[in-house]
Amino acid sequence: MQAFTSITGLVAPLERANVDTDQIIPKQFLKSIKRTGFGAHLFDAWRFFDAGILGMVPEARRANPDFVLNEPRYAGARILLANDNFGCGSSREHAVWALMEYGFRSVIAPSFADIFTSNCFKNGLLPVVLPQPSVEALMRECKRSPGFSLSIDLDACEVQHADGRRFQFQVKASDRQRLLQGLDEIGLSLEHESEIKSFEARHKSRFPWLFENQPCRSK
Amino acid sequence: MARTLYDKLWDDHLVTTRSDGQSLIYIDRHLLHEVTSPQAFEGLGLAHRRLWRTETNIATADHNVPTTDRELGVQGIEEDIAKQQVLTLQANCERFDVALFDVTDERQGIVHVIGPEQGLTLPGMTIVCGDSHTSTHGAFACLAQGIGTSEVEHVMATQTLAQSKAKNLRIWLEGTLPQGLSTKDVVLKVIDTLTASGGSGYTIEFAGDALASFGMEARMTLCNMAIEAGARAGLVAVDETTIDYLRGRPYSPQGQRWREAVAYWQSLKSDADAVFDREVRVSLSGLEPRVTWGTSPDQSAAISGRVPEANAENRRALAYMGLKGGEPMRTIEIDRIFIGSCTNARIEDLREAARVLANRTISSRVRQAMVVPGSGLVKTAAEAEGLDEVFRAAGFEWRAAGCSMCLGMNPDQLKPGERCASTSNRNFEGRQGQGGRTHLVSPAMAAAAAVAGRLADVREYL
Repeated sequence: MQAFTSITGLVAPLERANVDTDQIIPKQFLKSIKRTGFGAHLFDAWRFFDAGILGMVPEARRANPDFVLNEPRYAGARILLANDNFGCGSSREHAVWALMEYGFRSVIAPSFADIFTSNCFKNGLLPVVLPQPSVEALMRECKRSPGFSLSIDLDACEVQHADGRRFQFQVKASDRQRLLQGLDEIGLSLEHESEIKSFEARHKSRFPWLFENQPCRSK
Repeated sequence: MARTLYDKLWDDHLVTTRSDGQSLIYIDRHLLHEVTSPQAFEGLGLAHRRLWRTETNIATADHNVPTTDRELGVQGIEEDIAKQQVLTLQANCERFDVALFDVTDERQGIVHVIGPEQGLTLPGMTIVCGDSHTSTHGAFACLAQGIGTSEVEHVMATQTLAQSKAKNLRIWLEGTLPQGLSTKDVVLKVIDTLTASGGSGYTIEFAGDALASFGMEARMTLCNMAIEAGARAGLVAVDETTIDYLRGRPYSPQGQRWREAVAYWQSLKSDADAVFDREVRVSLSGLEPRVTWGTSPDQSAAISGRVPEANAENRRALAYMGLKGGEPMRTIEIDRIFIGSCTNARIEDLREAARVLANRTISSRVRQAMVVPGSGLVKTAAEAEGLDEVFRAAGFEWRAAGCSMCLGMNPDQLKPGERCASTSNRNFEGRQGQGGRTHLVSPAMAAAAAVAGRLADVREYL
């Protein structure tokens, strides 16, 4: 996983609530068996007028000039501002892969969907929850001020505005630690291998039917 | 201390708390499909890791499979990249020794239909799948959650899921459900009440006297859409209906083990004095059949109602849906009908739709109506009852099992501007095909819409 300590970057405002993962990366791109190649198709149906097929190059597409990310002033944005319940719907981790490959390292919103949040922390995309009024104020300022940037410091758990304002946010200690260090989560869990094994033995004696008559390839 | 059902399931699977403070939950069943597993298998292979407990994994191909020409197997998949994904699942299952219900296997079907059907879903289990509708299995009082691909790989390698405990939310379903309505109408009302994010951070337990009158398939419809209110998991306590459903399933315990299991399963309910973080009451008595009008599952209305007037919050949804504020729901004309998905493609769902369609035909206004059974075995069972004949005689196409037009990863898709009455779970923009417009309904309501050529009140067709 990519570590996240602090970033400073251009902010793009996506003024929509309930942005679902079907919008972030539409279904036709999920046929890929890779983890890469999704950035070009981030928000595909909103970004482009023509129907998207995996592998198309953005430059060769008919871009929708009204979609916020197509405005030249937001080119190179690293922080996305959005409304409530960002990342709802499908569990597809491809949504996080697409956002990161496009260049985003953080999304700031009043709330996020649960599975999307888990997926973010497995990859190094930081979901920052700020109160609705703060998000709205930042959204207004972002639209008003070309080149609007913010800094996000995960160590201090704060969003820093160039004018000196600070917005505190909360991140679960375990998520914060893993993200700061870019830790391999499977490795971390396997440090507890012996505990998993002894739990499994107890589980088997309590619930033996869960260990019998199980699916196997030859059956 | 009194515990909720969710508390009990959590306690029975809590392995340890990791050095970083995160809990590890033991996983009893891992369901796999072709779309969200390839990157996880690849990661496992690259790290030279193996599956922790192979026999807890079961795979099937459901998202990409065509619903016609099934006898051609994988070769029937026209699109190369989709075929490649299904072939990759086959190869990974072979390499890692995972059991697979392949494209031509009669047991193939939507992953959330085949789990319960095979007895692979049992009360008291923890179940995960790289698919948000895994919440479906909570109908059997098991903790079932959708996970991302990194978590799929984590479960493969460690047999655990790293997570924090959610809060407890109980939905009390009060009164009895009027005739002609189903739990699809109930859950749309629940989502309307909670909003699309109201269940975030919670596990939802559905409770109330009405549940006893719902069969397992109706309960699965409820839990299936818990995720549309933001809850990763939905739950229903065990009762005799649960136990009756599981008796004799291929992977259900047998003999003495069955008796032991049943004894434990009967404890899988919230204690009478358990405290929930939040309780919400939803009355069933005055409920009407519900239909969505927008692009989020919490945007629904009673069939006798109207499309809401445009405001700042719904303007974009109404524009996408091509609807005007104040339009009666019953005047909305429909181009296509889809009966299928992990929400509503089980035998009881098909029976409810067929009951409406008997001796009727679909409107000439409807361009296409299709039924996609949830599994090969649901299809066979329906054919044994003659349901396929009822659907065909009415003008429906009778297809092979898969996810199909719920998300249109296979060729079953809406064209831009087409309007569909669908028994699926998401009315998101482009979900059923780019530019397509989805109205979520129950199977009986989909059948009524097919006959009327517009959204219609099924109670007039009973």
